[in-house]
Amino acid sequence: MRKITYDQAANEAIQEEFRKNPRSVHMSTDLAADLAEEFGTDRIRVTPIAENSLVGAAIGLAGSGFRAVVNLRMATFGFVALDQMMNHAAKITYMFGGQAKFPILIRMTVGAGFSGAAEHSISPYSMFMNVPGLKILLPTTPYDVKGLLKTALGDPNPVISFEPFMLGRTETEVPEKEYFIPFGKAAVRRRGTDVTVVALGRMAHEALEAAAEVEGKISVEVIDPRTLVPLDRDSILRSVRKTGRLVVVDEACRTCSAASEIVALATSDRPTFARLRAAPAQVCGLDVPIPFSPPMEKFVIPDRAKILRAIRGAMRRPST
Amino acid sequence: MQSDDKVLIELYTTMLTIRRFEERLVREVFAGNIPGFVHSYIGQEAIAAGVCRHLTKRDRIVSHHRGHGHCIAKGADLKRMMAEIYGKKTGYCKGKGGSMHIADFSVGMLGADGIVGAGLPISTGAAFAAQLEGRGDVAAVFFGDGACNEGEFHEALNLAGIWKLPLLFVCENNQYGVNTPAAYAMAAGEISRIPKAHNIPCRVVFGNDVEEVHRVAGSAVAGIRKGGGPFFLECRTYRWHKHFLSQGLEDLRPAAELEEWKRKCPVASFEKKLRGRGVLSPAKIRTIDDRILRRVEEAHAFALRSPYPQPQDALQDIYST
Repeated sequence: MRKITYDQAANEAIQEEFRKNPRSVHMSTDLAADLAEEFGTDRIRVTPIAENSLVGAAIGLAGSGFRAVVNLRMATFGFVALDQMMNHAAKITYMFGGQAKFPILIRMTVGAGFSGAAEHSISPYSMFMNVPGLKILLPTTPYDVKGLLKTALGDPNPVISFEPFMLGRTETEVPEKEYFIPFGKAAVRRRGTDVTVVALGRMAHEALEAAAEVEGKISVEVIDPRTLVPLDRDSILRSVRKTGRLVVVDEACRTCSAASEIVALATSDRPTFARLRAAPAQVCGLDVPIPFSPPMEKFVIPDRAKILRAIRGAMRRPST
Repeated sequence: MQSDDKVLIELYTTMLTIRRFEERLVREVFAGNIPGFVHSYIGQEAIAAGVCRHLTKRDRIVSHHRGHGHCIAKGADLKRMMAEIYGKKTGYCKGKGGSMHIADFSVGMLGADGIVGAGLPISTGAAFAAQLEGRGDVAAVFFGDGACNEGEFHEALNLAGIWKLPLLFVCENNQYGVNTPAAYAMAAGEISRIPKAHNIPCRVVFGNDVEEVHRVAGSAVAGIRKGGGPFFLECRTYRWHKHFLSQGLEDLRPAAELEEWKRKCPVASFEKKLRGRGVLSPAKIRTIDDRILRRVEEAHAFALRSPYPQPQDALQDIYST
């Protein structure tokens, strides 16, 4: 099967869905050249750098019967558009009593690990999980980003796709035949019986490498939720009930993170709690802005070694 | 009756409908019968009426927290408006929005927005949609002087300017953002200097003169329909009530200023003109007013007899399906 990059796969999703729907519009501060070539600059607009207004315009387009895609580039730039995302996109379906649909896709990159420093590196998805009305994607492979974006481009709601910056150039097999990935369905990346590792974003790859390293000694199950809203609670709980051990890995800062939400999910579910054999562990970004200098940056974000430490820690018999 | 007279009577009827609807709300709010914040449009009726008279149902508008007038002028149903303001299930938003968030997509009213300035970018999207549809439809956005100091205002002007969007900016300059005078808050001094900086044509009109608003908005909308790009209309006006209807909120505006503007009442002054020109007789005015009062009364009764939503209805409409 052919291999394409994450970025190419995302682009293919938009191309395929834009061919089907002439009432779809793309806005980004840099021209999406190949989209513009195919669909013309009426529908594929390069915009001024005015993130808040781009999301606002997307809302107005959507409320007028169009589907709008906005590429905000980085999540840190997305913060400029928080008013339109959190006050409007998230709420208007509800606030107006469901009288109109707002099919909007907002894309932005997340994560650290490339010396982008604090204003180009962040993983803020849990902030958005706290604002009802948005659907939130966190695709981690070329195959997934294509399938999830295609589903997003058929969804009648505002969807935010957080795409790990570091994965943009990674390649995997992506079929040419059309497919969709439903929201709220986690991928079990590796089957195991001793420890459940729920790994978000780029950490899904780190967790797989960690699991491979202890193969034969510790049987690790790696779950990639793929979408945070909706979250596939059942797959996570089922796995934790089986293994009795939970490690959540998230590049975002730990405080009020998606990881802490997942731990709370497991510990507040009685049957799951009853089967826990170790305290759930979180391997998260430290609560600091992302520093520039490589040794400091490496120190504050999770990696394979930190994940391994947590896995081994979960296997240790609890002291009595 | 001349067709011009018909238009004038329609304008008068729209203004008086807004006035009577809002007067009823003032009574009910101060009687403690309405939850939340209600921002009264009294004093600014000529703007919504004069602008919306030029818009069809296909033309889309975006409104703000003081939005009842725009809803009425765009053709929204008084009953469903009143029910929404009362938080009833039969309201436009099933009680989820309230006074500040009335929308009626079926008449091209894309919603009132409670964050100052936030409707402006949304309106650029509505205008972008009209441009793509290519049917000569337009969008109009209403906002106050306070919004002109928001970044979104400048972004929207810029976007409309570079894309030549079919968008009418309607600034309702009532001279205060809550209690902060525009004269203090705006370095440009005159709002009209800002659209000019964005190469957007602008006209300043006396916003209490519905004929002037109507005339200038008419030529502006006609130009926009022909592909002339955005137009900016600044309407100088004054609100009669506090920022929102509240016993507690202070009104720091000079009392004499308010009295002076009340003497420039957009409804009364227009009524006087129409009587003087023989367009409306006192008897005809009475008939129109009675009919409006009856409609407002019916809307109010409808709201009162409508059921509240079930508490668990709060969990519906988070997403569209």
